[in-house]
Amino acid sequence: MEATAVSTATESRENYLNINYGWKSWLFTVDHKRIAILYLASITFFFFIGGAYAGAVRLELLTPAGDLVQADTYNRLFTMHGVFMVFLVLIPSIPATLGNFLLPLMIGAKDLAFPRINLLSWYIYMLGAACIVYAALAGGVDTGWTFYPPYSSIYSNSQVLAAGVGIFIAGFSSILTGLNFIVTVHTMRAPGMTWFRMPLFVWATYATSIIQILGTPVIAVTVLALALERLFHIGIFDPKMGGDPVLFQHLFWFYSHPAVYIMILPAMGVISELIANMTRKKIFGYKFVAFSSLAIAIFGFLVWGHHLFTSSQSVYAGIVFSILSYILGVPSAIKTFNWTATLYKGSMSYETPMLYAFGFLGLFVIGGMTGLFLAALGLDIHLHDTYFVVAHFHYIMVGGVLMGYLGGLHYWWPKISGKMYPEFWGRLSALFVFVGFNLTFFPQFLLGYMGMPRRYHAYPDDTLWQVLNVMSTAGASVLGVGYILPMLYFAWSMKYGKTASANPWPASGLEWQAASPPTTFNFDTTPVVTWEAYDFNHVKELKEGNSASPQEQTV
Amino acid sequence: MSQEHIVSVRVYVLIFLALMVLTAATVITAKYDLTVIWGPLNAIVALTIAVIKATLVVLYFMHVRYSSKLTQVVVFSGVLWLIIMVAFTMMDYLTRHGWPEPNL
Amino acid sequence: MAESHTIKHHPALKHHFDTMEQQREAGTIGMWVFLLTEIMFFGGLFLAYIIYRAKYPAGFEAASNTLDVYLGGFNTVVLILSSLTMAMSVYCAQTGKQKMLIVYLVLTLILGSVFLGVKAVEYEHKFEHHLFPAVGFYDWTHEPGHDPQLADQARIFLWLYFAMTGLHALHMVVGAGMLLVLIYFAWRGKYSPEYHAPIELGGLYWHFVDIVWIFLFPLLYLLGFHLGGH
Repeated sequence: MEATAVSTATESRENYLNINYGWKSWLFTVDHKRIAILYLASITFFFFIGGAYAGAVRLELLTPAGDLVQADTYNRLFTMHGVFMVFLVLIPSIPATLGNFLLPLMIGAKDLAFPRINLLSWYIYMLGAACIVYAALAGGVDTGWTFYPPYSSIYSNSQVLAAGVGIFIAGFSSILTGLNFIVTVHTMRAPGMTWFRMPLFVWATYATSIIQILGTPVIAVTVLALALERLFHIGIFDPKMGGDPVLFQHLFWFYSHPAVYIMILPAMGVISELIANMTRKKIFGYKFVAFSSLAIAIFGFLVWGHHLFTSSQSVYAGIVFSILSYILGVPSAIKTFNWTATLYKGSMSYETPMLYAFGFLGLFVIGGMTGLFLAALGLDIHLHDTYFVVAHFHYIMVGGVLMGYLGGLHYWWPKISGKMYPEFWGRLSALFVFVGFNLTFFPQFLLGYMGMPRRYHAYPDDTLWQVLNVMSTAGASVLGVGYILPMLYFAWSMKYGKTASANPWPASGLEWQAASPPTTFNFDTTPVVTWEAYDFNHVKELKEGNSASPQEQTV
Repeated sequence: MSQEHIVSVRVYVLIFLALMVLTAATVITAKYDLTVIWGPLNAIVALTIAVIKATLVVLYFMHVRYSSKLTQVVVFSGVLWLIIMVAFTMMDYLTRHGWPEPNL
Repeated sequence: MAESHTIKHHPALKHHFDTMEQQREAGTIGMWVFLLTEIMFFGGLFLAYIIYRAKYPAGFEAASNTLDVYLGGFNTVVLILSSLTMAMSVYCAQTGKQKMLIVYLVLTLILGSVFLGVKAVEYEHKFEHHLFPAVGFYDWTHEPGHDPQLADQARIFLWLYFAMTGLHALHMVVGAGMLLVLIYFAWRGKYSPEYHAPIELGGLYWHFVDIVWIFLFPLLYLLGFHLGGH
């Protein structure tokens, strides 16, 4: 067979984790895999901060009265929850960790095109994060994560400026990651790795990068304008001085709506990998799934106005944005149908990653379908700014993105750490996440439909409302356990886990032909690709052909 | 992967001269109030000249005329996305009731 | 992307690339994608400009008329000339004219500095006339002959003027820093017909900044020119 980059594995085999030690070897690394780990650690940290804020919000809503915290404190709690989760967790989550780790491996490259810019992007991210942490420590922000003026620009006396600067800076990290990925996919593919042989995760990450490139600069300049407005009171968003606050909303959502696709597209890529590999079947309609990623990236830019249906936007524009939002459902549906068709007659195995993939499918369908409710002009008047919206976007962002993220982490954990995670605990935590998630957010659909507005710390003393809110809070604690468990057993497995073989599942894809964990330059010789994506016959041949090689026997 | 194309000095100088002529043209036309002929005429003339100038710079100074398809696609998509952003936002403003307000 | 390791590697070839050609291509695409983000970055301000200009034509023309077309025009010529010298330095790098490469890079840097100097003078005039749009400082009627009714509209124009030209000037400063680095390495003889990607990429950036100005000049300076006054 062709020269595959399978290196001999012994216990003391040199890999990217043990090649050198000490904090310097991590903070000055240019290895995409180590940078991915840096991101993983920092994102996990901020995830738990954001989660703590969410916990406080849920505790306050346990009772109808506003008894735990003041209204003002509550405003700060949900705002900081949003700021941490959106800008520091969800946007970088999959691209910066799994994307960084896997993209070069999947296309057979030694590294990303610009390794030093990759490291720089992590430092920029940390700098932005430092600003946001400062804003949190100095009292937080009370505007909601959307920062709508004129409240944010004139009236709020919270840390809008610090948080804004943090978002501005963190945006450049996102831009640099996207830039690096685009260039890498274009120029660094191994010989034979044609566009239509690339794994779907690469397609999804590529499409994500396009959004990062085209959208993020707009939020940067918007936040800049907001900061100047706050500093000098120039009146650009102040209706009293002739400015137009709705312009801020246009600019904000021109980025922030596509930003939802920055979050969900990589998760979709992960799910494509999981479903194809865990069913050992070529994905149904490869090209449709690949191109639907691009379609989502492109059409995702044309629907931002559906956030402005109740913001004095022209009704005519509303109609167009509404129709386009419906059309955007098509590529998402294409993906979902293709995944489902792939499952049909596949030889499935129900390991943890697959459980997450199933969870994703169900939750994404609910999240996506309720999105269509909200895209309907008339219905949105009723549902706008209610818990229905909150439930909808949590189904996408938590049910979709975090399910994909966790599923992907479990699936590639053997590659990342060289160790297997404990399967029993993995399945248990997947169950916790799924049950906890639905218990938390499904009641919110009902609450929103009944008219409970978001962003209030108290609600009418109605038994049904309180029952639903108590369910939601209870679910949040189950969900919390589901998130803490993986962190514990992943850490545990680093030391005590079973040693993973190069291809433990076994799965297709170049990343599984590198050792586990890979060496610093991933492959000993540049691989030459002669097979199509998800060609499991090839995986079988590889397994038989190399049955003598040691890393196939370690498990 | 195409060989690098070297643009000749002659082309550079010619483009520079064209840019100078166009700059003069845009200043001179702006001196006259063309709005008496048609409201947006001044803006149209000024922007048309600016677009021509920018195109010359992109094609020759930045070598896009001789670059790979990919580069051309990137340039094109940049312009396209700017147009999308402006057009879709204007779609709101231009169809708003009572916009622009006659007086502040 | 041939696997021929027999060819001697150029010292500037980074380890993770296979060939110089691949490295050059990655750099070029990277720079263009970066410029794409720049288009969208300035694009947000252009959008604000278009909306407010459509909304407040009178105030925009009046405020534009406070700008000096001749200084702006002079700067336009300076910047286009600097683009020519930058293009020439790329040409010299490609053809291996080491000395002329340095001369053209230095010329570009000088022209860029002239531009920034003129810009500073213009900003100073604006501050003198209290036309910087910060609350408490801004005073439209400080100048005789300014219609007080247009004060708010003019402030928005002036805000856009400062934001757009300010960001543009910031890009010029970054470009000047970049030129200094290029000059240093050109003087050390690092660039050759085989390896001159940094010069090319620097050129792309410089031309882009020039293009932004090509649009800013008519939009900001020439808008109110027909009203006379200067």
